Amino acid sequence: MTMLADAGPDEPAASWRIDRLGVVIALLLVVALALPFATFRATRIASGTGLLLHEALPAPAAAAAAAALVAALAGAVTLRRPALRLAAGVLALVALALGVGAAAAFLTPADNPYARIAPGSGFWVGVFAAAMLVTDAMVRLRLGPAGRLIALAMTAALIAALLASGAWSRLSLLAEYRSRADVFWREANTHVILAAGSLAAAVAVGLPLGILAHRVRRLRDPMINVLNVIQTIPSMALFGILIAPLGWIAANVPGAHALGIRGIGMAPAFLALFLYSLLPMVANTIVGLNGVSRAVVDAARGMGLTGLQRLFQVEMPLALPVILTGIRIVLVQNIGLATVAALIGGGGFGVFLFQGLGQTATDLILLGALPPVALAFAAAVVLDAVIEISGRGKP
Amino acid sequence: MIRDTIRPGTILRVLVLVALIAFLVAPERFAGLLAPLTTNNAPPIYNQGSLVDLTLSHLFTVAISTLAAAVVAVSLAVFVTRPAGREFLALSRAVVNIGQTFPPVAVLALSVPAMGFGEAPTRMALFLYGLLPIFENTLVGLSTLPPAVVEAASAMGMTGRQRLLKVELPLAMPLILEGLRLSAVIGLATATIGSTVAAKGLGEVIIAGLLSNNLAFIVQGGVITGVLAVLISDGFQAVARQAAKKSGTRPQTET
Repeated sequence: MTMLADAGPDEPAASWRIDRLGVVIALLLVVALALPFATFRATRIASGTGLLLHEALPAPAAAAAAAALVAALAGAVTLRRPALRLAAGVLALVALALGVGAAAAFLTPADNPYARIAPGSGFWVGVFAAAMLVTDAMVRLRLGPAGRLIALAMTAALIAALLASGAWSRLSLLAEYRSRADVFWREANTHVILAAGSLAAAVAVGLPLGILAHRVRRLRDPMINVLNVIQTIPSMALFGILIAPLGWIAANVPGAHALGIRGIGMAPAFLALFLYSLLPMVANTIVGLNGVSRAVVDAARGMGLTGLQRLFQVEMPLALPVILTGIRIVLVQNIGLATVAALIGGGGFGVFLFQGLGQTATDLILLGALPPVALAFAAAVVLDAVIEISGRGKP
Repeated sequence: MIRDTIRPGTILRVLVLVALIAFLVAPERFAGLLAPLTTNNAPPIYNQGSLVDLTLSHLFTVAISTLAAAVVAVSLAVFVTRPAGREFLALSRAVVNIGQTFPPVAVLALSVPAMGFGEAPTRMALFLYGLLPIFENTLVGLSTLPPAVVEAASAMGMTGRQRLLKVELPLAMPLILEGLRLSAVIGLATATIGSTVAAKGLGEVIIAGLLSNNLAFIVQGGVITGVLAVLISDGFQAVARQAAKKSGTRPQTET
């Protein structure tokens, strides 16, 4: 299940026909134009007033943004070539991104530093519609792995440029970030360590376990069953349950406390993520090794390769795409689950998310929710490309 | 008809279920078991509400969201596999694949600004996230039917509607049920986190334990949700096996 790569069978293109998907997207863009483009709040947690596009921007800018959106809307309905549809979608996204930044700068009163300007519902509906248009065009373009990586890199560069240029600096989300920039990067670091560290540990343990279960048939079912049960336990429950044994170890095993093992904090979160990661790693290793044809293994044996040589030079390389798929599942899952770690003091982006929920501060919620979403998405695109490249030229 | 022999796993599950119900109905009888986890004479059993009520509202939230997601997701999957919806097929596949990279907790948190606190954002998040696995599995089920079967159905003079209801959906049923299982399991986990946005559910017990530093609360909340998730997941798998037997397809196990 490669994102943006598995286009369905193409139907024969009629010479002229209204594109129904385009109509849906165009209707969404009309709805977007009719909804508030930006929200003005006197303080960060005050309730907001919605402002339509022409109220949120000076007249020339509002006209330009509206023209870009209408052009994209017309393109969605009439254009059939994927590259042109992609251009229409990108045009809409850029207009929305620049427009919302400009609206924030325009609406911020000079005498009230506490006023907050956030994107309104119209902005979000517009982004959703434009993203659908872009996604559909990308699927139809059938980009190869390199093309998808380049598209991802360009998107990241564009967002970085928007952030660095100050075009968004008046937006409430960035005001929220500025007032806690150090903490943000510290928690970002924790989040990545939790997600990637537990993945590394799961690879180190899961691969040998998978190889063992592949060799010793009797172990396979019990091992998978136990890991399946662990995977089923809700994250908050597993985090909670692990607090008890780790707390006991910290209190009773000499030296454990010095190693950073605590009842609450990163240790139970890390351990829980590691346990969740084992099932995809072990199961995919078994499936990958099972998929290696007997003939290949026999040929390797005939060439005089020892058991270990066969494993590392023949079987593992052939099983690699399936094992990488396991790694993709684990990484995407862990980036999401690491967000929950904040509930037990484990840190990560969840700190902002749950603080934001506690204070009913929407911007803070976004500050905690958007980075893991972006990270998980990027990880999925990158690993999908790697999986596709690793699978080339293999039976 | 060959009866299934009762497997040891089934007996174990029944025992676990009985223990769970016993604990929920009369938790104070288990106080001695949990007391060693408390300090300073803190209560060993959750005392800020009835555990049965919390469990029932937790299950209710998951049940209605998963049901609503199933109705919508199966209808959408049917739509995009008919000629009328073909244009939406490629996009809907991509959207489901992208959507599944979104962390459920992020979907939950993002529902709050839109819907306020309480049950509504939790149900909304559960519904939205629940759509994805059901849609994906229904789509796989409907698009991987053996062509010979579908052709035979047409040759018998079945209309498109009859073919869908009598042939395609029954054959896809084991996969649809697997999608339902995934949705329900993810829903149970997300509903637990829903307690941070004031939805009534078992997450309250864990959070109360975290706030008052009471390990007994954390463990009982965690164990109840964990056991519920495992039992419900197993239940769906058992139903899916039955459906696979009935429709004559091989049981599809996901590994």
